[in-house]
Amino acid sequence: MTLVLEAAILGVLTGGVYALMASGLTLIFGVMRIINVGHGALVVLGAYLSFAVTRSIGIDPFLTLFITMPVMFLLGLVLQTVFIRPLKTDREALSVLVTYALALGIEGILGYIFTTNYVQLKGWYETTSFPVGSFRIAYVYVFGFVLCLAILGAMFFVLYRTTFGSSIRATMLNRTAAQLVGIDVDRVSAVAFGIGMATAAAGGVVFGITTAFNPGSHYDLISRLLTIIVLGGLGSMRGAIVAALIMLVSEDITSVVVSPVWASFVFFVILVVVLLVRPQGLYGVRVRDRL
Amino acid sequence: MSPVARLNVLKVGGLLLVFAVALALPALAPDPATTNIAVFTMMYVGLATAWNIMGGYTGYISLGHAGFFGFGSYCLGLLLAHLGTAAGYAPFMLVPLAGLATAILAFAVGWFALRTRAATFVIVTIAFMFMLQLLAENLVGLTGGGGGLSFPVPPWSGDYFNTPYYYAMLVLALVGLGTSWLIRHSKFGLGLLAIRDDEDKALAVGVPTPAFKLTAFIVSAALVGMIGGVYGYYVTYIYPQFVVDPLIGISMVLMVFLGGLGTITGPVLGALILEPAQLWLAYNYGASRLYLVLYAAVFLVVILVLPRGIVPSASDFLARWRAKAAASAPAATRQ
Repeated sequence: MTLVLEAAILGVLTGGVYALMASGLTLIFGVMRIINVGHGALVVLGAYLSFAVTRSIGIDPFLTLFITMPVMFLLGLVLQTVFIRPLKTDREALSVLVTYALALGIEGILGYIFTTNYVQLKGWYETTSFPVGSFRIAYVYVFGFVLCLAILGAMFFVLYRTTFGSSIRATMLNRTAAQLVGIDVDRVSAVAFGIGMATAAAGGVVFGITTAFNPGSHYDLISRLLTIIVLGGLGSMRGAIVAALIMLVSEDITSVVVSPVWASFVFFVILVVVLLVRPQGLYGVRVRDRL
Repeated sequence: MSPVARLNVLKVGGLLLVFAVALALPALAPDPATTNIAVFTMMYVGLATAWNIMGGYTGYISLGHAGFFGFGSYCLGLLLAHLGTAAGYAPFMLVPLAGLATAILAFAVGWFALRTRAATFVIVTIAFMFMLQLLAENLVGLTGGGGGLSFPVPPWSGDYFNTPYYYAMLVLALVGLGTSWLIRHSKFGLGLLAIRDDEDKALAVGVPTPAFKLTAFIVSAALVGMIGGVYGYYVTYIYPQFVVDPLIGISMVLMVFLGGLGTITGPVLGALILEPAQLWLAYNYGASRLYLVLYAAVFLVVILVLPRGIVPSASDFLARWRAKAAASAPAATRQ
């Protein structure tokens, strides 16, 4: 029973990290109506950027975010302008291919620079733990959780309390209408992609400290992230957060109750069950016409 | 001869020529390096054609067809292992059984996946693929898990080894093309196109959309499963990450997009162009990870420059050219 409780707590803590990564992905979908299959690769890219920074100037992985998040944000503006904006027709299908190509390109470049050997970000909090009742939790999970909460909070503040946030939400609701009331939809899209990439950088740091990764790690990540945003309902930030917590808690509990090799399988089982009952996901709106 | 009749003669003649070359290829270029490329290219002709039946006609983009590919491969491998079939030509006879098994799986998957649409469907198919990969890895007793599954190795040697596989792939590609042509020229095919254009209106005018979508999905998956079976027998050893490979799934999609979504010849053209290019890149730059970057670049250029694909763009150009010729023709006779 304690094992299950421990797994549940760990699930919530790691769930926070996945909530952050998934909300970036769902934000990108919501604003641009594109499925960013490259989001996992962006997380891995963020992790490698932090890895490179810690290796060259030797600062703490969490502090590298002050460098990597702005860099990733700017890179996001560029990628969106060059690769996503030119897609005019059949956006949804073509965007899958384009972002997939981006993922392959990032994987290839990272493999070329860093080789395919596994690496991991290092910090004192990774091995040090504190006791909670009868078990211990490594500090890194708590730090990661707090960081993700802070960034999610900042994201919600921008979205719901600023004028620019209103433009983003308006674009998510109805792109054409947003254009009609004078919102620069292209600019909003670029910034949203940038925000998505910056959150991927933050998620990447926590991912990189808790797991060993290599350039090919993005496949595993993207299948989880996509499952999460479908479960939550595409384009719903609240949905992404709730779904991430559900998924990670059930995964960690399965891991101790059944077996670690079946843990990821729960993801897909939950997805199938939810889709049978609610094809639009937990917080989604039923799609009647093509988005 | 009228221009239309001349065009038809050209079309039929061209098709016959391509078919003759495809048939005679192992005799024309018998060295194993070439026939190896030919086997893989023909495999992708089949895969792209099969994917197009679902993705091109109904507009439902499946990125999970690599799952069916791997499933077919495992089915044939397990059948051969449990029946103790000797290597040789006999395993090819069991390929339809692998297709049947894949069709049953596609029925089950399609039944829930097709409740979703557009973006959600894409993601569900990706999730299905990874689920299958995980199953292949975890059901160690059945599939051998990460250790992989071996096929019997046929006794053919040297220049001949690739030839039977080439013809097997050719037969499957032709079956795919025939099926695609029949569907495109049937009421069923019209229904699929109506689903692509507007699913709700199609339903409203009486197209049984759920049954049509599911049928297209099953046909498409069964073909891919059979091709996967032959592939497994060709490479003689498979393991989960290798045969349920997202890159295989995305390659067939890219080929269809390059050639022209929803056309019959487009997927063939896309495969004939892209697969040799991909093999060349992998052969020359495979050691470094650069080949992924180069492949991604090809990918991006294709989509950003030719978002509609070669065949639709070319036929547009042809139509405009013909209209221009028709407009200037009367003027020419007056002179």
